[in-house]
Order: sequence, then structure tokens, then C-alpha cells
Amino acid sequence: MGFDQYHEPPEELPSATRTFARLCASLTEEAEAIGWYEQRLALERDPDAAAVMRDAQGEEFKHFSMDLEMLLRRTPAWRKIAQGVLFQPGDVVERAETVEAEVLEGESGSEGATEDGSLGIRSLRGIER
Amino acid sequence: MNHLLRGLAPISDAAWTALDDEARERLSPPLAARKLVDFSGPHGWEHSATNLGRTAPLGEAPCTGVSGLRRRVLPLVEVRAEFELSLSELRDADRGASDPDLAPLDKAAHQIAVAENIAVFHGWPGALAGISEVSPHEPIPLGPVPDEYPRPVAAAVQRLLQHGVSGSYALALGGEQYTRVVETAEHGGYPLLEHLRKILEGPIVWAPGVRGAIVLSLRGGDFLFESGQDLSLGYTSHDADVVRMYLEESFSFHVATPEAAVTLSA
Repeated sequence: MGFDQYHEPPEELPSATRTFARLCASLTEEAEAIGWYEQRLALERDPDAAAVMRDAQGEEFKHFSMDLEMLLRRTPAWRKIAQGVLFQPGDVVERAETVEAEVLEGESGSEGATEDGSLGIRSLRGIER
Repeated sequence: MNHLLRGLAPISDAAWTALDDEARERLSPPLAARKLVDFSGPHGWEHSATNLGRTAPLGEAPCTGVSGLRRRVLPLVEVRAEFELSLSELRDADRGASDPDLAPLDKAAHQIAVAENIAVFHGWPGALAGISEVSPHEPIPLGPVPDEYPRPVAAAVQRLLQHGVSGSYALALGGEQYTRVVETAEHGGYPLLEHLRKILEGPIVWAPGVRGAIVLSLRGGDFLFESGQDLSLGYTSHDADVVRMYLEESFSFHVATPEAAVTLSA
């Protein structure tokens, strides 16, 4: 088993950062698996085998979404940008540029850093100090 | 604008960001309970009660041929710490001052964190039952000598194991006890903090407000903190000199497995 998700000495990283890195690694692996199933499905002629692969790809969609949600919950600025980009109509690049400017220029402002106006502290599991 | 009324405050967006950052920085270290218990939410300011899955009997039914039960729920509590900030200090922060006086905010942050710790670990009469309050285990004396802390901590871990409560385990140490542990090296110079970590196979957290210490399991499912509105900065009023604000949250706390924690009395 490798430890490639760390780019800094793991023993110097806080526990919460190590968890964050593991979630990022999981997100990457789920995205890769989705891509692999997409390629296999494009070539598979056997309908029964394709059905199994489609079902498996659905699992990866779920895993990817769970990883992403956990990361967004722990990163208010990322969450705010994602809220402005995901599931929005219109030009994706235009939306992204607008939201990025809003978030980075005024990280919280009078509306607060999170959707509910809170400080976004939530759970601190994994943080000792 | 939501119930926090932040948009009505005479505070620039940049100053709001500075205040939010300061509050977050001051709150994270003392919020011990959130480092150790399960966290659910935030479910929003409108969320008023936690489902317990329990019922209570009712008297007579509205008519013959039917029976009734009343659902039991755990109401959320609201906690608020109010403070005032000087408007001239905030104006200076807008000008780029790197050292605005935010001491009243810092004090309020510590107070509300301590209140949360006390409610979770010791309870809040009439509102919430805390971990030490419902633990069926006889408290183990911690004793006055930090060098001897490993013995009661190991005894607490053993008691949890005897009751089938698996680990890893954590130690929430009151402010005074935490200072003693951090300052102490045992005979031979080995840090006490590291010795205790090895016994617990888990974290040791600074828990201001806790009386003595508490050893609890981290396996999950035993202690549930349910957040309604998570910790937030809100606005009350202002005059020419000061702005009156508050830190606030709503939450409930429920112990599902009372035997999953042991109190170490001071």
C-alpha cells in the first residue's frame, strides 16, 4: 500500500489534514473508476455484462459524491464556490469566474462564510488541539 | 438576510471576514466536545428537537376504540454570548490595522466554548444530561500528583473494556489538569502526555470547563451532539461608538451508551 497522497512529511501534518488528503485520494480513485467503467461500457457487446458494469459505475457515482460532500463540508470556501457552479444553468466558465471573484474577494462578508451564516466549524473530530 | 441580522450592522465585508476568522481561530482550540463525540448537522435555526424514538403514555383517548401515545423528543437549547466592539477599532481594521482590539469577541468565544463543554461533559440542569452525569461508573480519583495520572487513566480504560466498550479511547482534561500533564515529564524524562496517549491509543484534548477529566470511547454511536444553528456571529444593535453583537448556537446532546465513559474526579 502506498502513501502517495502525502506531499509533505505525514508525521508533521495535523490529523485533520491527513484525513483531508485521504478523502482527496478517494475522490480521485472514484473518478478514475467512473472513467474506466465508461470506457468498458463503450466497448462491451454482452448486454448482461454491460448491465453489471453500469450498476458498478452507479456505485462509483455514489462513492464520488460522498467523498466530495465530505470535502465540501470541511472547506467553506470550496463549498461556496461549488454551490455557485454545480447544478447551475448557463455558461459554466462564466459562472465559475463570477463565483470565484465573489468568494475570494470577500471571504465571508455580511452574509457569512456559509449558507446558514454560521462560522462553518461543525465537527472537529480528528483535531487534537 | 437571516435571523443573525448581519446585514444591518455598520460593519464592512472586510471587517466581517476578519471577525469571522478571529472567532473561528478562538473557538477551535477550546471546543473539546466536538473533537470527541459524534456530530450531526447543522440542521438549521428552525430545527427545534432531536428524535429519541421513544414515546410516553397519554391519558384518555379522544374516543373509545382507539389508543394514543405522545412522542418524546429532546428539545434543542440556544446558547448566546453577547459582547460589544469599538466601531473605531473596526474602522482601523478597514484601514489595514493588523492589531484591532477584538478582546471582547475573544472572551465571548471562550465563554461559549466552555458552556458547550460543560453542557456535554457535565450536563445542563433542566436542559441536557451530560456524560459524567449519566455514567454508571463510580468516579476514579485523579489525585493531585500528575506523575500518577497513568494509573487512574489505565484503570478507566480497563473499566471500559470490562463493560465491553471498545476503543480507541480519548481523554478530556480540564484546564488545570491539562496544564499539569503538558508540563510534566516522568522519571527518566519521558513526557507524561505521550505515556497517556499510549494507554488510550487516542487523543488527549484540552477541555476548559471540565472538572477533573473524562475517559471516553471514540468507537462512535455512544454520544451524539446535534447541531441546529452552528456557532454564528450575529448583530444586535449599535450606537455612535460601539456595535453590540453575539455568538450563538443551538444544539442538543444525547448519551446513547452511558457506560462508554468514566469520570476521573479532580
